[in-house]
Amino acid sequence: MKRTPLYQAHVDAQGKMVDFGGWEMPLNYGSQIQEHHQVRTDAGMFDVSHMTTVDFKGKQAKVFLQTLIANDVDKLKTPGKALYSCMLNETGGVVDDLIVYYIDDENYRMVINAGTTEKDIAWINAQAQGFDVSVEPKLDLAMIAVQGPNAREKVFAAMPGVEEVAGELKPFNAASLGGLFIARTGYTGEDGFEIMIPEKSAEFTWKMLLEADVKPCGLGARDTLRLEAGMSLYGSEMNDEVSPLEAALTWTVDLNNEDRQFVGREALEKLRDDGVKKTIVGLILEGKGVIRDHQKVVTALGEGEVTSGTFSPTMGKAIALASVPMGTTGSCEIEMRNKLVSAKIVKPPFVRNGKVLV
Amino acid sequence: MSEVRDDRKYTETHEWILDNGDGTFTMGVTDHAQALLGDMVFVELPGEGDEASQEDEFCVVESVKAASGVYAPADLEVVEANEALDAEPELVNSSCYDDGWLVKFKADGIDGLMSAEDYTDTLD
Repeated sequence: MKRTPLYQAHVDAQGKMVDFGGWEMPLNYGSQIQEHHQVRTDAGMFDVSHMTTVDFKGKQAKVFLQTLIANDVDKLKTPGKALYSCMLNETGGVVDDLIVYYIDDENYRMVINAGTTEKDIAWINAQAQGFDVSVEPKLDLAMIAVQGPNAREKVFAAMPGVEEVAGELKPFNAASLGGLFIARTGYTGEDGFEIMIPEKSAEFTWKMLLEADVKPCGLGARDTLRLEAGMSLYGSEMNDEVSPLEAALTWTVDLNNEDRQFVGREALEKLRDDGVKKTIVGLILEGKGVIRDHQKVVTALGEGEVTSGTFSPTMGKAIALASVPMGTTGSCEIEMRNKLVSAKIVKPPFVRNGKVLV
Repeated sequence: MSEVRDDRKYTETHEWILDNGDGTFTMGVTDHAQALLGDMVFVELPGEGDEASQEDEFCVVESVKAASGVYAPADLEVVEANEALDAEPELVNSSCYDDGWLVKFKADGIDGLMSAEDYTDTLD
């Protein structure tokens, strides 16, 4: 199994190591729920070095990305500005979801998922044929996400000098200095940073953050936090066979520029014209129990399926994202352990910035 | 690593059973099981007076990770369920052998249980 540069730090912190798509990663360091609350109320950090950074350089970098992904990088005008997008196949299914950062018109940085890296790189290289662009996976970078209401303050305390670089950053913007790339982004619904550093600096940076009282948090808490924040997980809410229009990600698809023929556009327009049949909604269980992935959902308009189910530590209730027939509202029932339990349908997010919104 | 207590017996499915000496038994999940399941968020228990046949699923413990059925180790009648777990399911994590017990029941006897030593051997 692959290990990140922080593997030993996780073991030293009593991390419960599990196989996560071929990577040996910490599920938790004792209690997943405590780690969840830590991020909602103070600050926690996650090793996300298994994710992959890819740099795009060249005269046609911009034009290429306008073809490769469904959102339009033309929206990015200031250095460090970030954009969330899906990368589609010809049938409109999602190859991966990603964040792309603008450096200048000939330089972009993209962060893609760990589990899809090989598939993505092969796909990107195939699409890049004929473009004046170089595709450069940066496999020697580590990434640490520091998240929570006190995350920024604690990063500045832990890493002297960083406040001068990142103190003024607005949400969804990044800055860099030498080998450090720091973005005010995350996957928890809280404020904070995602910090990229050379892998040789990873352990040192982790220890500095520990000394500033930032607690390590595992992938278990990362999943409950992102689910409360209503954020999609590749492979759960969308995949190669599900389009963004069917996954409540229409807002990430930019069809405005009719000259921009990105991969999958034709299929999306056909789907839109024929009528999109399903979407992703939020569910809150009204009885006791925990909603689990793939449980059947019964609605007035037909059947659906839980794409991500869990127990929300912030709300003290079971919540889920589910794929249901388009237009489903009100309430539904979930088949749980051979019983039908009723659930309320809501629009995600469930929780943002420490507050329950549903 | 996991704690195993000498004063009680164990099932292959990681429950502990304590003979109270008056025809009743107390049952819970072992330290090994609670660590494997992770943070408990919900425990579904039978009611007082409920009967269960051997191998019936008569309790469910749900953690952040998974739901796990607890099976009756013999034909039994429930005497008491641990109502504290309704509000504090995390007692199963923090005190699995004491405050985090699940049920007390009456049974004529229970076959096929392991000693603490034998159970410990299965954990390697």
